[in-house]
Amino acid sequence: MTRSTIELVPDAADRRIARYAAAAIALTVAEAAIPMPLPGVKPGLANIVTLVVLARYGWGEACWVSLLRVLAGSLLLGQFLAPGFFLSLSGAVASLAVLGLAARLPSAWFGPVSMSLLASFAHIAGQILVARLWLVPHDGVFYLVPFFALAALVFGLGNGLLAAHILENGANNEN
Amino acid sequence: MRPGDWLVLAAAAAVCVVLVPFALSGGAPEKAVVKRDGAVVAELPLSARRTLDVPGPIGVTRIEIQPGRARVASDPGAHQYCVRQGWLTQANAIAICAPNHVSLALTGKNAAYDTLNY
Repeated sequence: MTRSTIELVPDAADRRIARYAAAAIALTVAEAAIPMPLPGVKPGLANIVTLVVLARYGWGEACWVSLLRVLAGSLLLGQFLAPGFFLSLSGAVASLAVLGLAARLPSAWFGPVSMSLLASFAHIAGQILVARLWLVPHDGVFYLVPFFALAALVFGLGNGLLAAHILENGANNEN
Repeated sequence: MRPGDWLVLAAAAAVCVVLVPFALSGGAPEKAVVKRDGAVVAELPLSARRTLDVPGPIGVTRIEIQPGRARVASDPGAHQYCVRQGWLTQANAIAICAPNHVSLALTGKNAAYDTLNY
């Protein structure tokens, strides 16, 4: 066997991203087993991991963790390149864009709960936009907006509180 | 929860409250379609009050429109089924005055029912 001429040496950040992404992927798979009353509504527990990474290591690593989770989560669930994958991706990209801006807010005032709520609303906005433009080109999708907004409020708040709890108690703070 | 978090939470809740009417708007009618012998006589928006007299084989059927609803106000038919149906308020509701060959139907997006009649 010939040795590879390309040597990829993972640094501490790479290992950290891999570890957090693995946790996020596990949550994605676990939550796929939870039945939901409305298709497309999910708690988005994996976003707790994104929020923790955002607070601890910044926006760049949060992007890596979030996008790796979308990619690997969809592969594991057999959703890769299916409509659900593009909805996840559009939601994640919209959330990350908003988080990139929201992370600049004064942290004494705006904590993980703010980040979570802003991200969850950005998530449904991104998803509905893609759904309207591409998957369901009919104004009927907007009929679902109030239900998605309510879900974003409830789960955004819940995930934010959980992320704040994890950050304050310093659980799992290994490197 | 930090001070700004409450602010964001309040804003998010406000967005949800503002969106509630959207959830309830399904089935709201937009237009009244009046037909005689299956041919459309008039399509009237349900925005202003007006009445419309439609002559048929046995007399005149009077249609009355009010914002958001419509009814057959009077009809020469013997049984008065379409008149007794009263105000139509849902999309796809229909009142049929068969003896006089006249029908009144409401149309709208997001109709909750395929048809509604008496």
